[in-house]
Amino acid sequence: MSSTVEHLDRGPLGRDELAALVARDIPPGSFVNLGIGQPTTVADHLPAGSGVVLHTENGMLGMGPAAHGDEIDPDLINAGKIPVTELPGASYFHHADSFAMMRGGHLDVCVLGAFQVSERGDLANWHTGAPDAIPAVGGAMDLATGAKQVFVMMTLFTKDGTPKLVPECTYPLTGLACVSRVYTDLAVFHIGPGGVTVAETYGTSVAGLASRLEVAVRPLGQQP
Amino acid sequence: MTAVFTDPEEAVAGIADGSTVLIGGFGMAGMPVQLIDALIRQGATDLTVVSNNAGNGDTGLAALLAAGRVRKMICSFPRQSDSWVFDGLYRAGKIELEVVPQGTLAERMRAAGAGIGAFYCPTAVGTPLAEGKETRTIDGRDYVLEYPIKGDVALIGAHVGDRMGNLVYRKTARNFGPVMATAAALTIAQVHHVVETGELDPETVVTPCIYVDRILDLSAAEGSL
Repeated sequence: MSSTVEHLDRGPLGRDELAALVARDIPPGSFVNLGIGQPTTVADHLPAGSGVVLHTENGMLGMGPAAHGDEIDPDLINAGKIPVTELPGASYFHHADSFAMMRGGHLDVCVLGAFQVSERGDLANWHTGAPDAIPAVGGAMDLATGAKQVFVMMTLFTKDGTPKLVPECTYPLTGLACVSRVYTDLAVFHIGPGGVTVAETYGTSVAGLASRLEVAVRPLGQQP
Repeated sequence: MTAVFTDPEEAVAGIADGSTVLIGGFGMAGMPVQLIDALIRQGATDLTVVSNNAGNGDTGLAALLAAGRVRKMICSFPRQSDSWVFDGLYRAGKIELEVVPQGTLAERMRAAGAGIGAFYCPTAVGTPLAEGKETRTIDGRDYVLEYPIKGDVALIGAHVGDRMGNLVYRKTARNFGPVMATAAALTIAQVHHVVETGELDPETVVTPCIYVDRILDLSAAEGSL
């Protein structure tokens, strides 16, 4: 097994660098759904010829980049309702089929944002639980449950310094034990049956992370 | 036998108060705006509306909500940057909301159209949206029992229809249309134009005519609007 890489000679990852890191870890030829918001930017970093096919839950495989100018077609949008383009080999299908391919385990990877991820891989990303918030789930639960691998992209801490990788989610859950990797500005975490391991760090060390988190984290290859 | 209309009012005639209305579209793609506008003029009220979103801006579904015709929304994603009409009604306690995961929403309508009594679905297990629902472990995995959503009426948007009621769609405007068409007692589709029977390649028909009761031909209707 490879060992943890600690990048101590630099600061935390920027948003673009984080998207590039996620793109690097998507196996060539995968069928992938990128969530609304920051996960969408992963597409900009997929290498040419990767063979990755993008799925959008409103009924398309082979989604291309955002549409501009004359390319804009109101009948061709992504899950964030942004006009997009189609690539050669694209296909369209209705909503029940789109979610059947998700729930049925045919999607290799989905990338989602999160409010919190627990040490068991529970995901909270749809609802703050605030009493005046209007609940809106969209396809988040279906993606969390259905994709073979769920990658989360988020900052490791909130603006006030509270960790978002936690022993137990306090926000309403999206899915149980569904997240396998967490990509953050400070580190990449792998979540498995043995707990949380740190694959890479940026501007900090495994020990540095451990001192700021309530979750037990260990380097790759070290037994729990 | 499918009836082809050029007058939106005639296309929506007879929709009763208290109906459950399935409304297609994802954002504005596939949204049957002319049928919704006609439904507003038709006047049916106390409706339960099933749609992915709860209206955008002030037109279409948002206008139906603003007119006070909807008692309950069943949808996956009501809250959007431009959903101020729904947001206002919800915060004022003037509308009920049932939030359903998007794929479960589609599958519940698919089940209704396919004669399935209920189904076990892995989505939402362990979350607030599974509270109070029957669960079952099958082959080591947990599932939630979900029931069909059947419509009295479906209003959908398609691209082209033929005179028998066969429909084809365009790109991601397909979204909920084919599923909703199967799940309602009365399915009304608005299409950009109608072709003669036999002009659609049978291999490309997405919604077979058996599911479609009425078609509104927008190419003929637009002049009358």
